[in-house]
Amino acid sequence: MTDAKPMIECRDVHKYYGDYHALRGIDLTINGGEFFSLLGPSGCGKTTLLRTIAGFEDISSGVVLIDRRSMEDVPANKRPTNMVFQSYAIFPHLTVAENVAFGLRRDPRSKADKAAAVEEALGMVGLKGYGARSAHALSGGQRQRVALARALILKPKVLLLDEPLSALDRKMREQMQVELIKLQRQVGITFVLVTHDQEEALVMSDRIAVMFEGEIAQLDGPEALYARPATRRVADFIGVMNFLPARIVSDMSGVVTVDVDGLGQVELPASQISRANPDDDGIVIGFRPETMTLVAVGAAHTQPRETNATIDEVVYYGDMTYYDLRLDGVGQVNGKPRTVRISMRNVFGRDVQEVGTRTRLAWSPGSLVLFR
Amino acid sequence: MSIHSKGRGLQVYSVLYLLFLYAPILLLPIFAFNSGTIIAFPLQGFTTDWFVQMWGNATLRRALTNSLTIAFSASVLATCLGVFAARASTRFKFPGRGGMMAFIMLPMVLPEIIVAMSLLVVLLGMGVQLSLLTVILGHALICMPYAIAILSTAFSSLDRSLEEAAYDLGESKWGAFRLVTLPLVMPGIISSLLISFTISLDEFIIAFFLAGNEPTLPTYIFSQLRFPRSIPVIMALGTVLVLLSIVLLAIGEYFRRRGNARIGGSPTGGLL
Repeated sequence: MTDAKPMIECRDVHKYYGDYHALRGIDLTINGGEFFSLLGPSGCGKTTLLRTIAGFEDISSGVVLIDRRSMEDVPANKRPTNMVFQSYAIFPHLTVAENVAFGLRRDPRSKADKAAAVEEALGMVGLKGYGARSAHALSGGQRQRVALARALILKPKVLLLDEPLSALDRKMREQMQVELIKLQRQVGITFVLVTHDQEEALVMSDRIAVMFEGEIAQLDGPEALYARPATRRVADFIGVMNFLPARIVSDMSGVVTVDVDGLGQVELPASQISRANPDDDGIVIGFRPETMTLVAVGAAHTQPRETNATIDEVVYYGDMTYYDLRLDGVGQVNGKPRTVRISMRNVFGRDVQEVGTRTRLAWSPGSLVLFR
Repeated sequence: MSIHSKGRGLQVYSVLYLLFLYAPILLLPIFAFNSGTIIAFPLQGFTTDWFVQMWGNATLRRALTNSLTIAFSASVLATCLGVFAARASTRFKFPGRGGMMAFIMLPMVLPEIIVAMSLLVVLLGMGVQLSLLTVILGHALICMPYAIAILSTAFSSLDRSLEEAAYDLGESKWGAFRLVTLPLVMPGIISSLLISFTISLDEFIIAFFLAGNEPTLPTYIFSQLRFPRSIPVIMALGTVLVLLSIVLLAIGEYFRRRGNARIGGSPTGGLL
């Protein structure tokens, strides 16, 4: 649950390391109770931004407010934020309970009250009864839970998570993603997650800021981000997107008519138009693999448009099959035929098609995004 | 030649090697308890006279006190400064770091006589009175490289986010250092104290140049070797020193292993 109250506000935040411009004018509002992700490739400044919010890095210019209070001159140990580090930073010389109670050292409560708080925090992360164990004897997943309990026991306004799942194996990671979502709903604290894993960001976040080179390229909810990437670079970074060369035929009152290689002429409203990268040559349209359907020759379908194609490659994933298609009327790129990737769910009774088969691609103009 | 007999040859070599290493040291206690005044076999009778004489010798007692004072002060000084240098060099990047560390480590390979001579010239030039303090400073100087080498390993194996985590959880910077970093590098600190103590205790050249009229154990032993009748007493003194070294090493190793076990490390990489 998110409320409209802004919890973290960054206003024109810049950060320089010598000549290196790590954060280039970050403007960002994160709401109270929100699960917010900073997503981007390594070196994009997402961790720097997180550490700026935590107070580990000074900013070169700009303003950071937490709960409407300026964080200028407020050191990390006085901020209403706590952090779960990438390495978890569990104190190896202390027990699990001593780790969790670490932040309570200056708390005036009685020993018994503190012990109860520790037990409650451990219960919250599913480690009830682990208090007496040595921290160094824990598995990766358990360390992460201890790190969460250690931060959450202080009831911070904001919990900052720096790539918390990157050290876990795939099964454990997926399990922890769900647990983190549940935990966040339960405690209602604002979570800010840094990740380079677009899938993780899509699964967990209410909103995502995609960052490249110290700037926010797009800030949106997961669905909007996936369906309507603001730039071609965002589209490339999140999931798979096919691109086909296109030419503008007419541009009138917000509706653009384009002629797309292989797909023919389509009319696209302003909501389906995004920015191309400045250094990209030409105008392209993009579409996601699952938005188009492969239809056997002669079979019926409900999509408004169809295009003939030849299957160039088949990749079988068990639950899904990926088909690389050569659309009729699409030329070559770098001496090889330009293909588009279509994904089909393997439902019972539908055979996987073979390489070389002639087929039809059924689609709707609504799934296209124009990058110009 | 079979593998077995090859192994036998290596065994013989190992035994000879260890004999060469330790047999002379084993002779110390043997002659320390021998009633003859000449250091030669056959042994005469059993006596503890030499230990009594040693304890009754005021100069020797003074030399021992001096040496312990110097070794304790120099090892504490070198280790404290070593902690600063090791933390700075492993945690922070600053211009000239590499060069600075190289110069700090240099005394390890610099001929000690050069260090001692130049220190003497400078101290005399500055009009500083030679005393235990000057020896302490000299010893701290030569112990520093060893202390830093040991402490750098301890600090660099430390995850820097540990200290940040403690700070993030509300501790002051000093509190984070005291509660997290210090306990985790404690095995390194104990090793450093121990090595520095041992280096200082048996150091001769700097002590000889910088101590003025004050005797230290090595300079005292050297001065007594000219008098054959005092050699059995020196043997007794040597026995005490060997025992002291073994005890110190054992204590240090105990703490190091205990510290390591507490953080789940493997019992390797130490002195023993």
